[in-house]
Amino acid sequence: MSLTHLERLEAESIRIIREVAAECENPVMLYSIGKDSGVMLHLAMKAFAPGKIPFPLLHVDTTWKFRAMTEFRDKLAADMGLDLIVHTNQEGIAQGVGPFTHGSAVHTDVMKTQALKQALNEHKFDAAFGGARRDEEKSRAKERVFSFRTAQHRWDPKRQRPELWSCFNTRTNPGESLRVFPLSDWTELDVWQYIRLENIPIVPLYLAAERPCVERDGVLIMVDDDRMPLHEGETPMMKNIRFRTLGCYPLTGAVESDASTLTQVIEEMLLTSGSEREGRVIDHDAAASMEKKKQEGYF
Amino acid sequence: MDHFDQIRADGIETYLDEHQNKELLRFITCGSVDDGKSTLIGRLLYDSKLIYEDQLEALEADSAKVGTQGDKLDLALLVDGLAAEREQGITIDVAYRYFSTKARKFIVADTPGHEQYTRNMVTGASTAEAAIILLDARKGILTQTRRHTYICTLLGIRHLVLAINKMDLVDYSEQVFQETEAAYKELAKSLGAGDVTCIPVSALEGENVTNASDKMPWYDGKSLMQVLETMPIDDLDTTRPFRMPVQWVNRPSADFRGFSGFIPSGAVHVGDAITVEPSGKQSTIKSIHGPTGECDSARAGQSVTLCFDDEIDASRGDIIAAQAGAPKSADQFRATIVWMHEEPMLPGRSYIMKIGAKIVPVTLAEPRHKVNVNTFEELPAPTLELNDIGVTNIHLDHAIAFDPYGENRQTGGFVIIDRITNDTVGAGLLDFALWRSDNVKWQDLDVDKNARAAAKSQKPCVVWFTGLSGSGKSTIANVLETKLHAAGKHTYLLDGDNVRHGLNKDLGFTDADRVENIRRVTEVSRLMTDAGLLVMVSFISPFRSERRMARDAMAEGEFIEVFVDTPLEEAERRDVKGLYAKARAGEIKNFTGIDSPYEEPLSPDVHIETTKCTVEDAADQIMAELRSRGRLD
Repeated sequence: MSLTHLERLEAESIRIIREVAAECENPVMLYSIGKDSGVMLHLAMKAFAPGKIPFPLLHVDTTWKFRAMTEFRDKLAADMGLDLIVHTNQEGIAQGVGPFTHGSAVHTDVMKTQALKQALNEHKFDAAFGGARRDEEKSRAKERVFSFRTAQHRWDPKRQRPELWSCFNTRTNPGESLRVFPLSDWTELDVWQYIRLENIPIVPLYLAAERPCVERDGVLIMVDDDRMPLHEGETPMMKNIRFRTLGCYPLTGAVESDASTLTQVIEEMLLTSGSEREGRVIDHDAAASMEKKKQEGYF
Repeated sequence: MDHFDQIRADGIETYLDEHQNKELLRFITCGSVDDGKSTLIGRLLYDSKLIYEDQLEALEADSAKVGTQGDKLDLALLVDGLAAEREQGITIDVAYRYFSTKARKFIVADTPGHEQYTRNMVTGASTAEAAIILLDARKGILTQTRRHTYICTLLGIRHLVLAINKMDLVDYSEQVFQETEAAYKELAKSLGAGDVTCIPVSALEGENVTNASDKMPWYDGKSLMQVLETMPIDDLDTTRPFRMPVQWVNRPSADFRGFSGFIPSGAVHVGDAITVEPSGKQSTIKSIHGPTGECDSARAGQSVTLCFDDEIDASRGDIIAAQAGAPKSADQFRATIVWMHEEPMLPGRSYIMKIGAKIVPVTLAEPRHKVNVNTFEELPAPTLELNDIGVTNIHLDHAIAFDPYGENRQTGGFVIIDRITNDTVGAGLLDFALWRSDNVKWQDLDVDKNARAAAKSQKPCVVWFTGLSGSGKSTIANVLETKLHAAGKHTYLLDGDNVRHGLNKDLGFTDADRVENIRRVTEVSRLMTDAGLLVMVSFISPFRSERRMARDAMAEGEFIEVFVDTPLEEAERRDVKGLYAKARAGEIKNFTGIDSPYEEPLSPDVHIETTKCTVEDAADQIMAELRSRGRLD
């Protein structure tokens, strides 16, 4: 019996993670609490077993994540004994930046992109793992596994390196850094199948349940706390919903669904629904392509 | 039956159980847009039904707006970007795409087919086990078909599939197919290619792509998808000898020491006799830790951690191998090089080589020849430029364990990295060792560097002066040596002009000769520090790379870089030797600062601005640096 595709993807990802740990001075794993991050963390634990993961995890907390995400993160860190750094842009907090007051573009830039740069600079990380996959979007198909960033965290198309035989060039000069994507070759279905096979814990928001939400511009937004200003005549309704991606709750669209188990979620994904990025309000901002965001330092 | 029907019929659990046991095949597609490559890939993605509704809607909208297929869906649009934002200006473009069937998951490396994209094809081919080479049935075998076949074969792809596309435009003619097939098989054979399958297809109409075509009843072979689903997967060949480059030494506690890595070939079992190369230390496998915990065996394609029966040492970059059929070690090779950078290769320059998990300094000799990838002609070449493929000898700083590329891609393929920019500038395939390095042994001597230095009561080091011609290097070095001599130190001053009268008499002033000039003086100054001397080197040494090489050749703290900083105008005004006047008059070629570059040090240990201090001050500045490093104690 030959190795299965999941076994081979797993082995390649573990190899990438070990290579970074061995060659980079000060790596960090960006942990977003989402399903892809969960798989990446699981692979990192396997890579160094029976030892511990030899680098910290970093979560950039915009303070607008779903409450269930924060609870999940803190419990997981405690249960697994993880070295977790939580970073928030305190300047943004002082200025009162948020998605409702400043719009999704400003909020994302200040609380996410700028916050990430702050954390990377502060800790002088020279490599940061991210859970992005090439199948997420057409423009990601050419992204490297090791994506090179200048000292200003910019993605310079001319400086990206050819990648042959999984023989990765991890070298950087002082101030420069790498973003490393161990899940590059995984598809959304691979991720779900691996979660099912390995029993990897996921945030309950991925499974359908009755939750309060409102519909705005055709997108279902969950009312996760009382910071959400309701429009005139708008009352939250209880609906069976789940999320295909997780982020800041005001910027994340839900889908109506009765899929309350992992298997049902996979079934729904295979049989119906759109591609997963569809639910991200952030992608719908005009002229805000992923390419532009990447050049600015958004992950 | 597509997956919709299957899930409805068998239920999701059955479907998922079946689909988590697929195999994985990586292949590359070669051909240009004109051959219908995007349409073919789009067809594979579309027919495997892994396209979401929103993507399908976008495709319908795009097809109506810019499609080239009338009312039909333009499947090429699934692959090709539309908006200008997709034109990312990436210089090396390999796009990876994914689709799966019930039997296999496929990773497609999609590379542009044009001539200037040799490096992209090489990159995509390096990890592929199979290649689909496309051609237009109306045009037959073109120059690009020859190029694609050559590169795929060079990179070790054993399974070639020739998709003879656009059969609909030649009336599904059996004769066209047979003629093309015969011509291609001859070409493939002349290049030593592995197995070849030719398929007549129409990507546009979907004939012979996923399903057998009823338009071509004369063809009784498999459809493209059937070929992809059934061809052998070579990269997991467990019959080849076991290899595992050590990536990571796992030592969480005193009672566990394991060696982690990815297995590129063979299999390993508990109790197997292994050797660690290049040291040749031998041991036995005590335990194997795989992705699901401890196990009895592991094989090609897995990432594992191995523990030995005894405490023998292995480091990152070493290769753990079966004792039977262990890899040889060497430090000089014949290699095939693909150059991937706008800056041409510089013979003699010290680059960084990464092979497996091993990093080692390497120099490349002048190419023996380069290959015209269209005619396979061997041409003389003084260097390799972007997209050139050539053959040359390479010299490593120390011996490594290896396999010829033809036997093992992972232990025979390497990348070449620039020391200063850290860019990946080339890739290489080891062809064979020029001689085994164990024929030239290092002779251990009883009197060593420390003993020699102690006899002179001094701490050796190299003071390296760099700067333009006429900047004042030799004048300052001369005063410095006088001071050191007066203090009772044993010294030597290597002067650029003087050394060119003897040791380096045979060298000129081309970039390659300048590199060799510095390599030799580096070696001489290293021998002199080994003899216990304080050495001054006064050479223009215009390139950062070679100064870095000199620094790396010395022991930690024993290299002091002194930048004698005189602006070009000032050096030219002084023109002590009258050389600038000659260079300006065109009588001297390749003169640093005039028609040959000088790369200023970015962080010299001592920075002397000659327009702001006297020679005496400059020498004292260096004396102070030597004192602070304890070199005058």
